Amino acid sequence: MSERAKDGRGDQGARARRGPGRRTRGGPARPRARGRARALRGAVAAALLAGGLAACGGDGGTPTLHWYINPDNGGQARLAEACTKAAGGRYRIVTSILPNDATQQREQLIRRLAAKDDQLDIMSLDPVFVAEAANAGFLRPFTADEARQFTQGVFPAAVESSTWKGRLYAAPFWANTQILWYRKSAAQKAGVDPNAPDFTWDKMIDAAVRAGVTVGVQGNKYEGYMVWINALVASAGGRIISAAERGNDASIDIDSPAGREAARIIGKLARSKAASPSLSTDMEEQARSLLNSDRGGFMVNWGYIWRAENDDAKSGVIDKNIPNDLGWAPYPRVRADQPGRPPFGGIELGIGAFGKYKDTHAVDAVRCITTPENMKKYMLDSGNPAARPEVFDDPEVRREFPMATMIRDSINAAAPRPNTPYYTDLSAAVQSRWHPPASVNPESTPRRSAEFVRAVLRDEALL
Amino acid sequence: MTAQVETAPAARPAARSEISDRARAERRLGLLLSAPAVIVMLLVTGYPLLNAVYLSLFNYRLTAPQDREFVGLRNYITALSDGLFWQDVFTTFLITAITVAVELVLGFGLAMVMHRAVFARRTVRTAILLPYGIVTVISAFAWRYAFDLQSGFVNSWFGLGDFAWFSDRWAALFVICLSEVWKTTPFISLLLLAGLAQVPHDLSEAATVDGATAWQRLRRVIIPNMKAAILVAVLFRTLDAWRIFDNPFVMTRGQEQTATLSFLTYDQTITRTSIGMGNAVGVLLFLSVVLIAAVFIRGFRVDLSQVRGDR
Repeated sequence: MSERAKDGRGDQGARARRGPGRRTRGGPARPRARGRARALRGAVAAALLAGGLAACGGDGGTPTLHWYINPDNGGQARLAEACTKAAGGRYRIVTSILPNDATQQREQLIRRLAAKDDQLDIMSLDPVFVAEAANAGFLRPFTADEARQFTQGVFPAAVESSTWKGRLYAAPFWANTQILWYRKSAAQKAGVDPNAPDFTWDKMIDAAVRAGVTVGVQGNKYEGYMVWINALVASAGGRIISAAERGNDASIDIDSPAGREAARIIGKLARSKAASPSLSTDMEEQARSLLNSDRGGFMVNWGYIWRAENDDAKSGVIDKNIPNDLGWAPYPRVRADQPGRPPFGGIELGIGAFGKYKDTHAVDAVRCITTPENMKKYMLDSGNPAARPEVFDDPEVRREFPMATMIRDSINAAAPRPNTPYYTDLSAAVQSRWHPPASVNPESTPRRSAEFVRAVLRDEALL
Repeated sequence: MTAQVETAPAARPAARSEISDRARAERRLGLLLSAPAVIVMLLVTGYPLLNAVYLSLFNYRLTAPQDREFVGLRNYITALSDGLFWQDVFTTFLITAITVAVELVLGFGLAMVMHRAVFARRTVRTAILLPYGIVTVISAFAWRYAFDLQSGFVNSWFGLGDFAWFSDRWAALFVICLSEVWKTTPFISLLLLAGLAQVPHDLSEAATVDGATAWQRLRRVIIPNMKAAILVAVLFRTLDAWRIFDNPFVMTRGQEQTATLSFLTYDQTITRTSIGMGNAVGVLLFLSVVLIAAVFIRGFRVDLSQVRGDR
């Protein structure tokens, strides 16, 4: 059947190409074939014409802005729709979805920007990639006036991550942080209060071992592992690198007491009974299903957990009693006398340096997307926290997110990852020496990673 | 058919010495006819290749084009003196050696089945060839999810508890090889089937009449007569396996020391946007492929035209 259909199509196509002027086959079928060929050519011409007209319409009509978004629950697309409506015909925003993980999103954007792609009007950027794109001249810097508007009443960490060499290159859109999620029953069994002011990683690991439960973290060799390492180093009062503006001569500080303290905690957890069996490949979702399992105890994870757990309980994917057993606490400390520095994440909106509307409609669109009202709308829609602290005082937000105050305080205390144009190299180099978590040794890992980072930044080693 | 195959190499030098006008004209026509294809080939493969060699001589980042700097062979020296490069060469070698060996044995068995199938011949052949029709990335995901701790069924089938396959180098390499073998054995068996079809039936029959056992027939009659097909199958599969990328990319992202040479190239060029270093590794990968092909073609005297049957 399919064979015959294929033959028929091929025959027709061949006739159409051959055309009536160059008849090679005689016989009575000729006039019909000619008629069919003519009809086909007419259809093709009409299709081409229609396509041309449509293209003309696009050029002459409403300017189209392309917004490249990270995958979410559709919240960004709905915001794009709302802002298109609000623009009243001045522009319309079309969204395109980028790959799933942050590293791959960057890969696609950087390559297209390097080729001066003018279709990249607005981009949802992970904060760690702003410096690289800004330094390469791929992003349009905001003027001082615009910058004031986009940074006023915004979390300092979000502003810091969006700024490169004193200029704002991206508008903070939503901010993220990790807090400690735990099963109340497990904490009770272990006899600890994760909300106690001196709750440290050591206490948490010991408690989990005692109660036979797990501590979920992100230990896969990917950006999420770097998030954990950075938070531990920062919580211990150190940093991974500094003086990043010196490019590949930046000062590498990971081989320090803070770096060794971070390594000690990672090694201790990874080699303890509280570690996930698949720790070295665990990402956010694996950690979450670990928390939902029989051995679920503690987990550090982003703010989306609350929404995800409630949705899963409602749809019967997990036990419907789990959300009631779910507790939250500030990110654990490294030192009992020093507050923890939780991870910082989120999305900043960058404007491509090569877009047609970079100085006009694109700025307006970013302005529309990042208003406090739209940030609130997005937070309620997607569960991702707003980049402005004022949103967290909204009664509707407080009703939907019982831990809103804690998330706000956590973002305020958060330590951004290093702001450097070589971030990808830095992160991959650290991951390469600190992975798998069970191999981390405070005596050697920080020193080896410092040496390796230096070599990689100077292009003297493979990654 | 075999007679032709055996006599052809001997006949060739003779033909070259006494070449007639007509033969010369035919040869010229042949060159002329193949010229357009050769030119297109040069454009689409030669240019990128030369460009890659050129770019590999620079310290050049996509995100800092203005800092481009000529460094000569430094990228090659860095790559060749880096432990990671040799670790990835070893991993690639391991995957290649294991999968090709296993596939050759399995593929031969399957080729025999396809060759000898008496009833439901088409069904048998289709069933055997099916995995080869599946896109590698999709089969890689299927195998990954099968062995995954949370969504997989392998651990519960075999009572392995919470053994994390992809958190251990050898376990991860085992799954990668398994997926690779499942996916590409049909390719080898297809090439071997073509070889089996070339073995003259009367030779086997004569051997049977002489009282040879099945094993003796296989060793002394069938395998020697399809040596060319075997070598070509092994060559093609070796080159393919040497460039393996999809399975490690999907299953482990190169962690737990499962990165291969292709993966190393990808990491430098795409992830790190280090165009110079990436191209240097890419050129080294290319040279290693050339080396493998040369060893097979010169060393084992594989004649590619024999199996295509275009003599």
